[in-house]
Amino acid sequence: MVTKPLTKNIDMSRPPLDIAAYEASDGYQSIKAIAEGLSPDNVMQIVKDSGLKGRGGAGFPTGLKWSFVPRGDSAPKQKYFVVNADEMEPGTFKDRLLMEGDPHLLIEGMIIGAYTIQASTAYIFLRGEYKVSEKALKNAIAEAYERGYLGKNIQGTGFDLDIILHTSAGRYICGEETALLNALEGKRANPRAKPPFPQVSGLWGKPTIVNNVETICNLPGILTYGVDWYHGLTKGNDHGTKLFGISGKVKTPGCWELPLGLPIRQLVEEYGGGMRDGLELRAFLPGGGSTDFMLPEHLDLKLDYDEIAKAGSRLATGTMILLDNETCPVGMVGNLMKFFSHESCGFCTPCRDGLPWVDEIFNEFESGRGTRKDLQILHEHVDYLGPGRTFCALAPGATAPLGSGLKYFADDFDKHIKEKRCPYRH
Amino acid sequence: MQASVIASTATQARKLCAEEIKEIEHEMQLYPDKQAVGLEALKIVQKHQGWVSDESLLGISKFLDIPVSDLESVATFFNLVYRQPVGRNVILFCNSVSCWIMGSESMRSYINGKLDIDFGGTTDNGDFTFLPVPCLGDCDHAPVMMVGDDLHRNLTEGKVDEIFSEYKSKE
Ligand SMILES: Cc1cc2nc3c(=O)[nH]c(=O)nc-3n(C[C@H](O)[C@H](O)[C@H](O)COP(=O)(O)O)c2cc1C
Ligand code: SF4
Ligand code: FES
Repeated sequence: MVTKPLTKNIDMSRPPLDIAAYEASDGYQSIKAIAEGLSPDNVMQIVKDSGLKGRGGAGFPTGLKWSFVPRGDSAPKQKYFVVNADEMEPGTFKDRLLMEGDPHLLIEGMIIGAYTIQASTAYIFLRGEYKVSEKALKNAIAEAYERGYLGKNIQGTGFDLDIILHTSAGRYICGEETALLNALEGKRANPRAKPPFPQVSGLWGKPTIVNNVETICNLPGILTYGVDWYHGLTKGNDHGTKLFGISGKVKTPGCWELPLGLPIRQLVEEYGGGMRDGLELRAFLPGGGSTDFMLPEHLDLKLDYDEIAKAGSRLATGTMILLDNETCPVGMVGNLMKFFSHESCGFCTPCRDGLPWVDEIFNEFESGRGTRKDLQILHEHVDYLGPGRTFCALAPGATAPLGSGLKYFADDFDKHIKEKRCPYRH
Repeated sequence: MQASVIASTATQARKLCAEEIKEIEHEMQLYPDKQAVGLEALKIVQKHQGWVSDESLLGISKFLDIPVSDLESVATFFNLVYRQPVGRNVILFCNSVSCWIMGSESMRSYINGKLDIDFGGTTDNGDFTFLPVPCLGDCDHAPVMMVGDDLHRNLTEGKVDEIFSEYKSKE
């Protein structure tokens, strides 16, 4: 039985499988199933039944998202399916693995998604710096055209699909799905107001689905091996497997495909090898830079969307960043604030002006000039930049490590003020 | 080092070369309108010219028939579009959190000392431009940087020495 549907073909010590080898590993079976009579509605139902949730950060159910796209004869003819491959969340290194390691899996998933919503054009919005992914995807797309999985009348289904690879040119905000659509249209990548949601009016005003790379890579397995198999994968409440990563001062940092629902401790100790000798775990961000810090006392919680949420954080991208006891937590939060401040798109005032202020205060702390008043201002910004105060989720994302950092590392902020220096510097 | 603000004095558009035009025309087939090709065109021109000068910007604007102000608003938004000359090799140095934990700051100082430039700078001989970049998605091999199209991982001082001498000898 297949237990690692996302990475079963991945071996980074060799080039990715070519199309023949990929087919021999059950690849493109789902397209054959479609050709044998699965309707778009059938596929939508299967994906809904699978319980797949988006792996791009928000964890929104994929089948439900697709169901908002207008269907039937009165629906617009032109629709778009877009892959969000702009991976730039600090500490996140999972989509790159999938694209470099098994590009055909993404293409097969895209065909399934596009077929379900009946989109005849699909774009991959790829981060500009991902040169190796670009090459792997280009090759794989060419092979898929050659074998008749892309182009006109795919495998006799009457369904046409073109995949276009768009390489971007930086800026984290492009990963926000409506900003991404503006970027694809050749505009400045400011987010759009919602509603209308992209599912109804997205790229060039047409119904559009934007899904994360890893989300889409789940689809071939679900169609090929079935919903029961998919439900058998998990060890928790959410379905399927997920890529989990660990960075920071552990013995063996890396990225692994594991069932959802394992204890966090197992990921850290068994896969990450535990902390390097002489170091202790101080805290961790469970799913990239926009998530709330968690503490060693949370290690026995399960890697599940709901369970992490109960601890006040988010599973989000599933790539954890570990903070050890010899690294300055204030410096770590400061580094994140610099990132968010740089990457603000500048559209709304709290984010454009608030984040640089926050960043500047962290510089003051770093150089030993932080004051009580500064600390107060930081606390206020957790509210000023929080959910509902800004036009998109970038600034609220910044308040996750900021707010939780202020709470958990209060002593460290205090020491910076009292000792007028960073106590971690020797 | 270049002045950080460029006052546009260009009035003359540069005529795009045949290679640039061919590549831009290819992109035009992939998008329903010309505006969408703007960023692609900027990147194509940058690939051939090293950066996007005012004259090039005007040239693209003419060729695609999109207002130069629209094009400039896109060019200045994206950090990988260079609106001033850069060195032959651009160093994109990850300054995000996992690399920071793994000692990127001291690596930055080392490069700073070695090349005598900090972020934003270009070496006098035009070999390198040193720029920060957000997380390169290789955090399990931190600290990392790109030089040109190549990713370099698990950086140490020794490794940085090797990398730079390799790029120098390539020329
Ligand atoms: C500032 C910001 C950056 C984001 N960056 C990414 C990204 O790089 N990749 C991604 O898949 N989703 C990113 N997202 C989430 C997307 O907006 C969107 O929710 C996601 O692509 C939906 O895909 P999914 O339903 O398959 O998870 C970002 C969101 C925000 C607010
Ligand atoms: S919150 Fe920040 S990134 Fe989002 S729209 Fe406002 S300024 Fe732009
Ligand atoms: S933080 Fe440097 S590669 Fe991710």
